[in-house]
Amino acid sequence: MVLETNLRKILVVILASIALTACATQKKAGKMTGDVYTGTDTVEYLATGVRDRVFFATNKSTLTTASRDTLRKQAAWMRKKSSLKFTIEGHADERGTREYNLALGERRANAVKDYLMTYGISGSRLSVISYGKERPVNSGSNPLAWSQNRRSVTVKVD
Amino acid sequence: MKKLILTIFCLFLFNSSAKAVVEVDITRGNLDPLPIAVSPLHVALGSIDVKEGEKVIKNIGEKISGVVEINFKRSGLFNPLKKESFVQNPDIAHIKPRFEDWRLIKAQALVTGKVTVTEDKLRVEFRLWDVVAAKEMIALAFSTTPNNWRRVAHIISDKVYQRLTGEEGYFDTRIVYVSETGPKTQRYKKLAIMDQDGANVKYLTLGNELVLTPRFSPTNQLVTYLSYFKNLPRVYLLDIETGVQEVVGDFPGMTFAPRFSPDGKKIIMSFAKDGNSDIYTMNINTRVVEKITEHTSIDTSPSFSPDGKYICFNSDRSGLQQIYVMRSDGSQVKRITFGKGLYGTPVWSPRGDLIAFTKVHKGKFYIGVMRPDGSGERLLTENFYQEAPSWSPNGRVLIFYRETKSDSEGKGFSAKLWSIDLTGYNERLIETETDGSDPSWSSLLSK
Repeated sequence: MVLETNLRKILVVILASIALTACATQKKAGKMTGDVYTGTDTVEYLATGVRDRVFFATNKSTLTTASRDTLRKQAAWMRKKSSLKFTIEGHADERGTREYNLALGERRANAVKDYLMTYGISGSRLSVISYGKERPVNSGSNPLAWSQNRRSVTVKVD
Repeated sequence: MKKLILTIFCLFLFNSSAKAVVEVDITRGNLDPLPIAVSPLHVALGSIDVKEGEKVIKNIGEKISGVVEINFKRSGLFNPLKKESFVQNPDIAHIKPRFEDWRLIKAQALVTGKVTVTEDKLRVEFRLWDVVAAKEMIALAFSTTPNNWRRVAHIISDKVYQRLTGEEGYFDTRIVYVSETGPKTQRYKKLAIMDQDGANVKYLTLGNELVLTPRFSPTNQLVTYLSYFKNLPRVYLLDIETGVQEVVGDFPGMTFAPRFSPDGKKIIMSFAKDGNSDIYTMNINTRVVEKITEHTSIDTSPSFSPDGKYICFNSDRSGLQQIYVMRSDGSQVKRITFGKGLYGTPVWSPRGDLIAFTKVHKGKFYIGVMRPDGSGERLLTENFYQEAPSWSPNGRVLIFYRETKSDSEGKGFSAKLWSIDLTGYNERLIETETDGSDPSWSSLLSK
């Protein structure tokens, strides 16, 4: 009887700790599919529901389905704001050589620009700049930080 | 920096007719540095104190020998013996060393000298002695302006190094690099230049815009680098003397990864447009631009062979970063790396015999060398993050940089310059007053 209550208490404690650890590991693992960041921790918004950035896998500049969805929303909003111009920034994580990362950032930014153009945004409204690995958004040296840094950000030009 | 007027005239050059007993082999790992005694230079009577701007430099004889000792120590090939154990005074040792005294402290080689300083001239004579064979090996004299006293020490170091190893030295050289400060997410970067031993640091840009990957011209008068001036990343040229900066060419997109051709007449670099990076050259005088690679892949980090006939570069045309060699007109492109991992930052040795590179494999970064045909790959050092080796002018030492891990607040982050010998020995941190990256080695100043 006493033993049973104690056992139950212990069980509750154990289950609670498992639940807590599960939450903790989920936070640590962040949100990644493959090694493409799928979370929103570093994301800002150009307008309601319009995310300002897309993310990439290591060494890649291909757009995921989620990225294309984000960019279609960007294009739709840009069509409504026809007087606005934008700079598309390309970035890379720190796990590569500096010069190649500059080129990779440029390739990523152009992948975004090309996609926006297929949705009717004039190329004259979109300029491209690569920062390679020079401007990380997360200073950490871990896979989650690196996935948040492999990005292309659309910035409104003032 | 004032142009150095250097008059070198050989006094009595006694070359030992027999093979020198004292010599240093720099091709193998040197676990037994040569014990060498560097006597403080004797300061001639009537010499005035050396002035460096406002500062007065006392004991110039000891200062010069001190710089020589540090050069020898840092090379890993010599073991400069402690001054406190020297028995003979500098003035007598320079004229007639008592070799038994020097042998007692186990010296195998001895450097002595005399320096005379007047208002506008610093004159040095120095001798290198083979203590074992009791013979003079070199006797040289030269003069310069007093504020160039450090270069005197570096030239002495180079002459001794050359006599004992058979190779040219690398002490009378400078390093250009990027000085870094600030948080990892917003690094503040300036171009900096210093003597190879860390002295005479000068900042060449103000830090208002991002600057990256500076490289010396073969004549050491110019530096080419990438600048984000006005938020337009482009290759620039900077004149070290005048500080004047000018953009290279008129490219409608990002140019980056610049180097000079061995004759100094051209800049070779990457030009990125519409997601594609190709290699171009521009003649500095005629401004004629030539396209060297034609491929939808990223082609970057080009580096000429010292005879100007070939270019090695980094390309991902096979899927991932690899190293390629082509003729300088862009023909006969050949891939040379086939090992596991990614390869980048290829740089051709001034001796022409090797290409140094960065390799990334299983999350680790390596600095290595290989022959220009890709054979003989040898990894020299492994680290969490390091890249971008640059060769000393004698092709025997590599300088590169390392970064440390940091947490999400950026704590723990640092970027530092390091060097390592081609043998894989003598891995050494290079002290800089701020963090540093992207180092590039000049050629010998006294050429």
